[in-house]
Amino acid sequence: MAEGENKGLVLLDFWVSPFGQRCRIALAEKGVEYEYREENLRDKSPLLLKSNPVHKKIPVLIHDGKPVCESLIIVQYIDEAWPDRAPLLPADSYARAQARFWADLVDKKMYESGTKLWKLKGEAQEEAKKEFIEILKLLEGELGDKKYFGGDTFGLVDIALVPFTAWFYSYEACANLSAEKEAPKLVPWVKRCRERESVSKSLPDPLKVYEFVCFLKKVYGIE
Amino acid sequence: MDQLSSLKLLGSWADSHTHRVQLALKLKGLEFDYQEEDVVNISPALLLHNPVYNKVPVLLHKDRPVVESVVILQYIDETWTGNPLMPADPFERAVARFWCHFAEDKLAPAVGAVFSSSGEGQKAAVDQVHENLKLLECELRDGAFKERRFFGGDKIGLLDIVLGCGSYWLAVFEEVMSVKLVDPESFPAFHAWLRDFEEQNEVKETIPAIDKLLEYARGVRQMMLSLSSSTSTSVPATAAANTTGNDDVTIDAIDASSG
Repeated sequence: MAEGENKGLVLLDFWVSPFGQRCRIALAEKGVEYEYREENLRDKSPLLLKSNPVHKKIPVLIHDGKPVCESLIIVQYIDEAWPDRAPLLPADSYARAQARFWADLVDKKMYESGTKLWKLKGEAQEEAKKEFIEILKLLEGELGDKKYFGGDTFGLVDIALVPFTAWFYSYEACANLSAEKEAPKLVPWVKRCRERESVSKSLPDPLKVYEFVCFLKKVYGIE
Repeated sequence: MDQLSSLKLLGSWADSHTHRVQLALKLKGLEFDYQEEDVVNISPALLLHNPVYNKVPVLLHKDRPVVESVVILQYIDETWTGNPLMPADPFERAVARFWCHFAEDKLAPAVGAVFSSSGEGQKAAVDQVHENLKLLECELRDGAFKERRFFGGDKIGLLDIVLGCGSYWLAVFEEVMSVKLVDPESFPAFHAWLRDFEEQNEVKETIPAIDKLLEYARGVRQMMLSLSSSTSTSVPATAAANTTGNDDVTIDAIDASSG
């Protein structure tokens, strides 16, 4: 086996994916070098298909030839593989359980609910809005007056959630839902996160996200 | 510290997620109080300790709640570090977590769908279960878990707990629904693993007797059939929460055939 070829880190990703962005943020927090590879999701690379045969999805982090799949699993892997710096999970086991719970909640709820906002219309969209606002308020309540979800340290839950903030503009444009108005306590948290280089370098321009959403709507034949 | 009062598990006797936690606590040699909860008429304790989901299991440790079975298992493992349930190596841990997520996100809903459907829908659900079992079978035979007795190695680990507590529904549903789910010829490695798992003393002490599970499943099925429209909401706890594929959102958006 050509050893040189398999060494190092490769992230198979797609520019607008909030899941991929989680991995980019985590890698940047740890200051780890990696090769970013943009996948064409309509024509997936053999490497992607080989690395994630079960789901065939990005992101995939390939470390010295070994693939890690699923964004939150990748983030925890990054944290555990580089334990000497920028811990992404707290040391205390109860705090870790809380972090995993909330990150999992973001995973279970944010994407599905957010997608409905631009995919649906009329009454279905109104229902989706109610649901999304509930989720935002839940997260807002959990954040409270803390600097980050985990307290003073930027971590797993922040990483899980912050990429979706690049979609807030699209949610407002498509569903007339202002996340900032519905969950004002999240606003300073978003600002704080975006001040981190790892986040500002990893998140896309919200206008570009909106362009992408408009493109998807055309594909789906949604007004 | 009075350990007996410091750990309390709120659970439901037929809930596989509750069994996961019971088994983990047993494997760690931890004593705990158990409280059976009403999951149909959500009990005040569940409303209090699991305000987000109102579900069992809830582990109370010195009155602080931990919820979601896989989160609870990792909490137990990291708080009481003897007899570790997770491997030490970060990559191995990622692999275990991946398949835990697979069990929750793909396998459990597929098994639940078998139970809650009929006719063509059921046939499709059975095919889906087979597809998922094939993936696990491959990993056991030639992949990440090759030549291991258990997913965790020589001893039961976290992934064994997650997969094992729930896999007994396969045999139950086979009987109740008259379908073939885990054919030993098609899935020899998985079948062998499951038999080994169920032979472990701690597992035998945790999982309810098969006839009780059969009776329970028959009862639920009867109730579902007597309702004019049946959904999967009352399926025994193998049906996982509604998790969508967590990654690669945009692929769904662009190319539906990629799933």
